[in-house]
Amino acid sequence: MDKALIPDGVKRCPLPIFALWALLLTAVVGWGVWAGGMVLYKAMNITGLNDYFGFGFYITIDLAIIALGAGAFFTGFLYYGLSRFFPAFKELSKVINLSVVVGFLCYTGAIVILLLELGQPLRSWFPYWHPNVHSMLTEVIFCITCYAIVLTIEYIPIILENRKINEVRGAHVFGHTLHELMAIFALTGTFLSFFHQGSLGGVAGVLFARPFAFRTGFFIWPWTFFLFVLSAIASGPGFTALVCRALEKVSGRKLVDRSVYDLFGKIVGVLLSVYIVLKIIDTLYWAFVLAPSFGFKLSDFYLGPYYGIWLLVAEILICGVLPAAILLSPKGRSSNGLLFSSFILVCIGVTINRFVMTVQALATPVMPFDRWEIYIPTIYEWAPGFALIAYIILVISISYRYLPLFPREKELNPVR
Amino acid sequence: MSEAGHSKSGVLYGMVIDLDKCTGCTACSVACQAENNVSFLPDESNKVRSITWMEIYWLQNGKDYPDYQFTYLPRPCMHCNSPHHSPCTFVCPVNATQRDEENGIVSHIYPRCIGCRYCMVACPYHARRFNWYDPSWPQTMETMLSPEVSTRMRGVVEKCTFCNHRLLQARSKAFADGTDPNAVIYTPACAAACPTKAIAFGNLLDAKSDVGKLSKDPRAFRILEKLKTEPKVYYLSKHQWVHKLGDKGM
Repeated sequence: MDKALIPDGVKRCPLPIFALWALLLTAVVGWGVWAGGMVLYKAMNITGLNDYFGFGFYITIDLAIIALGAGAFFTGFLYYGLSRFFPAFKELSKVINLSVVVGFLCYTGAIVILLLELGQPLRSWFPYWHPNVHSMLTEVIFCITCYAIVLTIEYIPIILENRKINEVRGAHVFGHTLHELMAIFALTGTFLSFFHQGSLGGVAGVLFARPFAFRTGFFIWPWTFFLFVLSAIASGPGFTALVCRALEKVSGRKLVDRSVYDLFGKIVGVLLSVYIVLKIIDTLYWAFVLAPSFGFKLSDFYLGPYYGIWLLVAEILICGVLPAAILLSPKGRSSNGLLFSSFILVCIGVTINRFVMTVQALATPVMPFDRWEIYIPTIYEWAPGFALIAYIILVISISYRYLPLFPREKELNPVR
Repeated sequence: MSEAGHSKSGVLYGMVIDLDKCTGCTACSVACQAENNVSFLPDESNKVRSITWMEIYWLQNGKDYPDYQFTYLPRPCMHCNSPHHSPCTFVCPVNATQRDEENGIVSHIYPRCIGCRYCMVACPYHARRFNWYDPSWPQTMETMLSPEVSTRMRGVVEKCTFCNHRLLQARSKAFADGTDPNAVIYTPACAAACPTKAIAFGNLLDAKSDVGKLSKDPRAFRILEKLKTEPKVYYLSKHQWVHKLGDKGM
């Protein structure tokens, strides 16, 4: 029924099966939209947030999803910016469309969740009108919206490549022109994304009265600024690779050459190694120099099963040092099991990092006569989170079905 | 903003609370609620969401009888005087909360606040509260709301203002009387209500004023001084364990 819309020479599942899949995902998105609507209508008192936890699930998932979406800007930067100097990065052309779609979905989804986070959502335009130039949040808001626009511009030519749309001459010319300009947008996106990934780290790092989160730094940027950029560009390509692999598994088709995964493995391995070394140095300085200068010991920051020291061990050793060691070794990268397990660990690690810098930073008592508090998100927070994931899967599914996301798919899967 | 974090004029309003005089009667807290139209929650037992500008903490020395001691610690907003910015004013993305460099008072513009709660996250004293619900009062109390203080809408942050409206009244009176409006001294509701006169308020830069003298008292300390937030609320206590509890690891 929809064969005319499917890219030429590739095979897709029957429409009823796809429709059922899309319906299921739409239901989850609808559930999240309902929950988000209730938050906007009934106010934030139906969430688990309180005066201790001004930030919670929404901010954590926003930070995590934006870090994982960094594959878009970084893959674009490597391909459009560096491949002429390092021809090995030309290999990324095979996955560049997917990385743009993943980035677009992560960022647009994060902006919607960010809207739920505001007590006065109708005033969400105020940061553009009354910006405080000292606030890291101002930088985040400006850069995220600008970059979401850039990603939309990058996504449009992919949509225009749909077989039917491409037959329209105007659309074809417009799409082709945008395609020619893509390097400019990719590098603009790199600039914007670098700053907002960093300023998301700055959001926590500048809190000079919160010893768990505060870091010294360089000029106006705390060290978390640079660590967030590094962790995002280390995990983002890994997430893109995982999405690609998941698509291969679900569709039962080979979509990219194995060499692409191997290249991603090298990129993630090198960046993660640099990041984790700096993160360990930062953690040691924080634990043994910075925090004690405020009267805190490392043990003051960790308590019980919810906020235990296991979070630090899991983040740095299990989800940092371990995957870095695997990915740096050619033998580790050559095994699919080890390669993709490492990517999963890296993504979990960056999510833990965003969680502790958001929630644990607030749970830790600062005043000596203060107490630990536990934050439990309600269904009105979980539902938009699940909806965000369903939205990403849904649009990727639709894009995969109707758009030529993978230039090598036809060759890798000859129709018998 | 003053880079040095100090008042540009000769006025820096601050408070000194004598914990040795405080009986924990909570009159300051109640007076503050009434004066500033602080609203009521549907369930006031939820203490992590109830709005209190002047929170009363109960501190204990952790020892058994007969060495057991306790004290009460009223905690308004500290109106931090840290250089360049207060922790909260530094982070607000919309300039909804600002420090008046003429007198050091940190204020909050409710109609501009977008309710992102970043200022609450930045404040280590829990001095800022969010309006999780539409503001409401028992019906009989609505007629007693102060016309001098605006009520706050759902979804914005609020906090102690050092009774800024009383300052404005005092300045208006000084202007009408032909005296210097910048040199006025006024009394916030909490200080006025305290039956033991444990709360002193005034110009910290005036060495002859009560707060100027008391802030230099050997019994004086500030909460979390090590964080360099430079709070403008001082506490007095003759007990070293109270000082120690005030600034972690002192």
